Amino acid sequence: MTADVVVQQLLNGISLGGLYSLLAIGYTMVYGILRLINFAHGDVFMVGAYTAFYLVGIFRLPWWIAAPGAALFTALVGVTIDRAAYRPLRNEPRISALITAVGVSFFIENLGLVMLGGRPKGMPVPGVMARAYSVGPFRIPGVTLWVPVLTVALVLLLLVLVYRTRIGTAMRALSRDIETTRLMGVDVDRVISYTFALGSALAAAGGIMWSFQFPQVNPLMGIYPGWKAFTAAVVGGIGNIVGAMIGGFLIGIVEIMTVGLLPHLSGYRDAFVFGLLIFFLLVRPTGILGEPLKEKV
Amino acid sequence: MKRTVSVLIAGVLLLVGAAAASAAEPIKIGLNLEMTGAVAAYGQQGYEGIQVLQKMMKLEALGRPVEFVLVDNKSDRVESANAAQRLIQRDRVVAIIGPMISGSMLAAGPVAEQANVPIIGPSTTNPLTTQGRQYVFRACFIDPFQGQIAARFAYEQLGVRRAALLVDVAQDYAVGLGNFFAREFTKLGGQVVATQYLKTGDQDFSAQLTGIRAANPELLYMPNYYTEIALAAVQARRLGLNVPILAGDGADAPELIQIGGSAVEGLMHTGFYHEKAFTNPLARKYVETFRQVTGKDPNAFGALTADSVLIVLDAIERAGSAEPAAIARAMRETNNLEVTTGSVTIQGGDAIKPVVIRKLVNGQWQYLATVNP
Repeated sequence: MTADVVVQQLLNGISLGGLYSLLAIGYTMVYGILRLINFAHGDVFMVGAYTAFYLVGIFRLPWWIAAPGAALFTALVGVTIDRAAYRPLRNEPRISALITAVGVSFFIENLGLVMLGGRPKGMPVPGVMARAYSVGPFRIPGVTLWVPVLTVALVLLLLVLVYRTRIGTAMRALSRDIETTRLMGVDVDRVISYTFALGSALAAAGGIMWSFQFPQVNPLMGIYPGWKAFTAAVVGGIGNIVGAMIGGFLIGIVEIMTVGLLPHLSGYRDAFVFGLLIFFLLVRPTGILGEPLKEKV
Repeated sequence: MKRTVSVLIAGVLLLVGAAAASAAEPIKIGLNLEMTGAVAAYGQQGYEGIQVLQKMMKLEALGRPVEFVLVDNKSDRVESANAAQRLIQRDRVVAIIGPMISGSMLAAGPVAEQANVPIIGPSTTNPLTTQGRQYVFRACFIDPFQGQIAARFAYEQLGVRRAALLVDVAQDYAVGLGNFFAREFTKLGGQVVATQYLKTGDQDFSAQLTGIRAANPELLYMPNYYTEIALAAVQARRLGLNVPILAGDGADAPELIQIGGSAVEGLMHTGFYHEKAFTNPLARKYVETFRQVTGKDPNAFGALTADSVLIVLDAIERAGSAEPAAIARAMRETNNLEVTTGSVTIQGGDAIKPVVIRKLVNGQWQYLATVNP
């Protein structure tokens, strides 16, 4: 492999990794506050992509309306999922909510199959994203350029929100101890709703960018990206926003480099990624930026 | 409560049974089709082909009407084997049509073989599906032939000497076709400069395509299914890999154009069908009916699935029996039967069929050539 190819592969990895990052942040936020792995997150991502697809394809809305519109709708879906599936189980053992999350995931996937049909649909891609730029020997597709920028911008925005606003303070308080926070007079359910809305809107952003990069939508499109993003969140240190971003980029680069360096094993790319997950769970279960687990007293 | 329900169910079953016995008992044919999943376009187009056939002619054999039982195999091997099992044991079908793709047939075929029920894959081109089997059939050509034609077309007609392959390792069809192409292309004097792999359901192929671009090929051969071909084409163009793309019959689905857009413009593929390739009366009538019923152009998978029905019905008539084993025996002797894709003769379970080559020009499939075996 020549140096040119290595750099191009790095660019490819950053591009894919940015997409995982967007999705991983949503996992990490919900986990950080509720200690719940929202396995339906990948399917919320699909809902976001489909909503944008229909807003543009059927209602002919321009992208600058369709994308925020899809994010808003997906945020509502996320809040609804929390209300219908997770809130009734808030005081039950954590495993109940986890199982429910898997159930919600299957429910959305199959509802999608029935309502939207099993065949993929081609996503219209705005010109800025479809265009590719040549820089010396390298090719940088528009999406590759924009996704990391968008990811970093959203993470910065999120950090400001979490550390500089009242709702952010409430979120951090919740992540420490829900019961005490409730006793302090914080409307816990409202804060959790905000968290789900934010996480889901991020998933929508990820879904839309994903379908720009790989221009199709189908009801099962969220499954693999969802698992990869979950892996990214764990590797980065689940519960940590910056960690999720780093984890996403890392997973993307590892995946691309696996295929690039070992072309004969490209069929096993997912195995490599999930192998990395197992490695981290064994060696450093708290991930790159995670703090050591402390038993709550 | 439980008892009321079971009594009710028993009553309904009795009524259904009585109604069926009074009319001529229908011949049940199972449909094991990809209605959802990675190649849903094939199963759905196949089902559409049967519906068009039903509109076109009265489907019956030995004076008995035909009843179809549809099961969705979700484009999955395990589901396909389960579907075959279910159709045979629960629905008691006398023959099964589908699955549409080779990998799934390799799973479902043995189930039918064991139960001595004939199963026919409309578009299962991998040679292994019928090898050593008495009850497994196909309504299409096999991949060694298709791969050979593709390699010759690339070498002789397109003048290509350096080809790169991007192959789906999760599909027996793609692996087989890739190998047959490479073998023939090398034999002719060409060179395979890069072989890269992907897996059904993967969406990012930038790493593979970067490797391929570095090998500087004159042609990209992708013997995969339509979604993977379309996504790879889009990413190849974005990465500045602008060589012509050649594919197999797996490219044939509207999704290819819908997803691929301008990236698949100029794509060529070997396949089963172009409405201009077959001109017998039945083929013409099928094209006409298809247009009237659906308002679309006919496609290979609908036509081959309709052909599979015709092959089974013809076998029942010739056997004079709707007994699965008798049907299978008669199917093996299908000779010059007129179907919607010209005529079909079955040899060792395989259909002897020509290869049709098409090219995408301005979003429309242009007919390039028919190559007879």
